[in-house]
Amino acid sequence: MDEVAIIGVAQTRYQRDNPASHAEMAYEVTRKALEDAGLTIDDIDNTVTVCNDFWDGRTISCMTITEATGSHKVPTTNVEGDGTYGALMGAMRLLSGLHEVTLVVAQSKVSEGIPAVITNAMFDPVYERSLGLDAINSSALQMRRYMSKYGITEEQCAKVSVKNHKNAKSNPYAHMPLDITVDDVLKSRVLADPIKLLDTSPVSDGACAIIMAVDEVAKKRYSKPVWIRGIGHCADAYHLGDRDLAEVDALVSAARRAYSMAGIQDPVREIDVAEVYDAFSYMELMWMEGLGFCGRGEGGAMIDSGMTGMNGALPVNPSGGVLSAHPVQAAGLARIAEAVLQLRGKADARQVEGATVALAHGIEGACGQGHCVFVLGR
Amino acid sequence: MAVSSEELGNTGTLKYPSRIRLPYTWHAGKAGSRFYQEIKDHCKIWGTKCPRCGWVYVPPRETCPRCFLDIDEWVEVGDAGTLLTYTITRYSVPGIQPHEPPYALGIIKLDGAGSGLVHLLGEIEPEDIRVGMRVQAVFREVREGNYLDIKYFKPLRS
Repeated sequence: MDEVAIIGVAQTRYQRDNPASHAEMAYEVTRKALEDAGLTIDDIDNTVTVCNDFWDGRTISCMTITEATGSHKVPTTNVEGDGTYGALMGAMRLLSGLHEVTLVVAQSKVSEGIPAVITNAMFDPVYERSLGLDAINSSALQMRRYMSKYGITEEQCAKVSVKNHKNAKSNPYAHMPLDITVDDVLKSRVLADPIKLLDTSPVSDGACAIIMAVDEVAKKRYSKPVWIRGIGHCADAYHLGDRDLAEVDALVSAARRAYSMAGIQDPVREIDVAEVYDAFSYMELMWMEGLGFCGRGEGGAMIDSGMTGMNGALPVNPSGGVLSAHPVQAAGLARIAEAVLQLRGKADARQVEGATVALAHGIEGACGQGHCVFVLGR
Repeated sequence: MAVSSEELGNTGTLKYPSRIRLPYTWHAGKAGSRFYQEIKDHCKIWGTKCPRCGWVYVPPRETCPRCFLDIDEWVEVGDAGTLLTYTITRYSVPGIQPHEPPYALGIIKLDGAGSGLVHLLGEIEPEDIRVGMRVQAVFREVREGNYLDIKYFKPLRS
């Protein structure tokens, strides 16, 4: 697949309690993404927003940001899931042949609601919802299952948090740059065993936008655009009890589809940098396995080896990842924006030298029910 | 009417606190209704069994999500099972939690079932909970036809 390029990206700085309204944040990234692409709003012929009514506290929230995203009088659609799915929709719009330049905008004001109450509503109201399940304690069930099935340790999970918070110190957009040790993570407050405070991602407000174009537009206007080489997505069962929570079947399938489209045969050797959706420390280890960067159950050994560090063979989450900024709807789109910056060689202090192929990954649903994988290249 | 500098706070912007009140009634469906009726009337846990893959779903489904086939065979599963994973929730979220924290949750594979059941654990200290331990359902004395008619799963002493 060589027909869609990403020609503009923008992010807000991620922070708790951003005093801007959700529409003001959407406007900020729309304007900056246009500036980044060297375009005006008149060059955009369709938009995709990424809004979720429960998180936004309003019904049909996407219709409240049409002004902010310049979407009056152009085709606009909303994707309710993670931002990577918004980018997927945007790419499909272009591949349909009906449009030439798509703007995708995702925003989240997580600090305005109560995340545990909102994520509790993910669960079936007739069944598990009454147990008080939410994103944290459901993930704790997954982390324990993963640890006990494969002998992964809390220390190995903590190493992800140490690595990513340290990486965040080189990312001006990150919410939580931290110098912490494995011991700090292990001794942080237990929220839902085995998940401690420093295994979790922060409550972040923020927005991200990307602009995509068909190849004739991209080749005419830009010397070396970033191309989408492959996309794959897949979902697993809804009820937690229907899945073996230590397994990553949907991600394996999503990655296989993306790699097949991109012509990737040996992901560890061919991919230079990855930005993955590490909402909790253990997730990065599981996603390494699902993405085929290591074998099943080898995520712990992989972090021990230092391979995913900034100086390793495959740096993972140089931005600091979702552990360092978690604007829920925008978090997956931010992975794509960061991957684009890496491929442009414009990731400044977090740059992975010579990156030519990058992977970006998003999830949706409890415990990574659905996965969306992008392979980007120069 | 002027807004005071106190209301604007140090960011110079206002916040508007409110709440969303949203009464809602969900249908449990045919399978869910029978599941709860059996628990309420007989303290029995039933599932449905896929005719092709043989997987027994608890809570019961009318279609097999793996085979995409109709299921009409009902089977009673045991009220005891094996604990696949667990956690102790130690933070408080008013309005959504069934008990004051700390409280324990687990996924239990009931004897005869294919899928796991997420539920509360009770009559055990958090430090004594182990993956792989045998547990048994304790039913409420007064049952109303809902998920918490199973009060919790307790350790099964052999």
